Amino acid sequence: MLRLLSFALFLAIWWIAALFVGGAKLPSPPAVLQVMIGEAESGALFLHLGATLARVALAFVLAMSLGSAIGYLMGRVKFADRLGDPWLILLLNLPALVVIVLAYIWAGLTEAAAIAAIAINKLPTAVVTLREGTRALDRSLDEMATVFAMPRWRAFRHVVLPQLAPYIAAAARSGLSLVWKIVLVAELLGRPNGVGFEIGVAFQLFDTPRLLAYSLTFAAVVLVIETLLVQPFEARATRWRPRAA
Amino acid sequence: MQLEVDITGKTFRSAAGETHDVLAPVRFSLGAGEVGVLVGPSGCGKSTMLRIILGLDHDFQGEVTRPPNARIGMVFQEPRLLPWRSVEQNVRLVAPEIDDAKLAELFRILELEAHRSHYPGELSLGLARRVALARAFAVEPDLLVLDEPLASLDDALAGRLREEIATLVASRPVMTLLVTHSLDDAVRLGDRLFFLSPRPARILAEVPIAIPRDARGEAEIAAIKAGLERRTQSERAGRDVS
Repeated sequence: MLRLLSFALFLAIWWIAALFVGGAKLPSPPAVLQVMIGEAESGALFLHLGATLARVALAFVLAMSLGSAIGYLMGRVKFADRLGDPWLILLLNLPALVVIVLAYIWAGLTEAAAIAAIAINKLPTAVVTLREGTRALDRSLDEMATVFAMPRWRAFRHVVLPQLAPYIAAAARSGLSLVWKIVLVAELLGRPNGVGFEIGVAFQLFDTPRLLAYSLTFAAVVLVIETLLVQPFEARATRWRPRAA
Repeated sequence: MQLEVDITGKTFRSAAGETHDVLAPVRFSLGAGEVGVLVGPSGCGKSTMLRIILGLDHDFQGEVTRPPNARIGMVFQEPRLLPWRSVEQNVRLVAPEIDDAKLAELFRILELEAHRSHYPGELSLGLARRVALARAFAVEPDLLVLDEPLASLDDALAGRLREEIATLVASRPVMTLLVTHSLDDAVRLGDRLFFLSPRPARILAEVPIAIPRDARGEAEIAAIKAGLERRTQSERAGRDVS
């Protein structure tokens, strides 16, 4: 209820601001909605959204699985940690734009280059989070699993993984928000479709209604995925914890 | 089937770089169906000794021979349950081949039937201890190790749990090693008592109890305890003189 009210307030402020500034710079909500409907009817909206979502999904899965594996290894094996640490610091501090531009130069303006560039941007944060999680593993439970001769996979699944779940959820969450931002830049610079490409076109034409139509639809999709996918996963991973009063 | 422990020493290097002796030479063996009890003051190195016997610590001098492929059941000082798995899952995860009837029987003896689907965070310490016991017995161990399983429980509950342990130990031929600093627990549950010195631990005395466990009445237990107390007192007096 409070969320709805807050959303209504946002719309009201937007509308009033639009009246003052004028339609060319800030179109009113109905004007943007009209463009949205038009784009949806022609199918272009879904095409571009679909392309962007596919890139997000691929890059996200790639970065999460690779980043989790590397992070776990670095948390467990001291040698791997010392070997990987300088790379990690380099990647963490490399601006997203540099990675994207270099990827396009080296691998051409291809889909693979775009997805790899997005994944490389997200990878180091996943590694750092999972390394922290692995370092925080409870040694006494490891000993329990050893004494009771639990097979490796069972011990990993039931002893280690539940302890890592909050860290995986945190990495997924921050990683997803990072990927949402970077995917548009990658599309703007070197892809012929996707929300980022459309925003680039709208920028060149100074077409504010179109720009807002695409970015707001995109934001809505992000919001839906966050509430329907990421938050339930987080709740499930921590359901054994006694509820806070 | 036999457990042979022959530790010749264990040193520990502190952060300041000094070396400390944790264990002096310790040597004993335990046969199937026997309950050995390690009795010693807090901090004497009992837990270190257990970690070596369990194969968790390989950094020591000497040798520990466990029967090959011996299944180990362990009750740690703190229950060490998986907080994200229910009571039943905690037991089944270490003993996947246990059948339902056996599990039900175990839960009945330990009065855990009502808590099968609870998570460890919802249990009192006494209940969590019982789950840890159920888990150790569920694997049908060849070697059962109990590290102060009754510490910090009230007398009534400790007494009931002690009887449950006695019942379970009597039901199978298992080598049992119990660590305690309660002489009462030691005399009621043990077949052979090993008295340990303060750090670095060595065995001061090995005392077999001749009367079988199920034939010990309150009178016998009181007599054995009185005997043991006299003995430790005279030893202490002897040490003071010398």
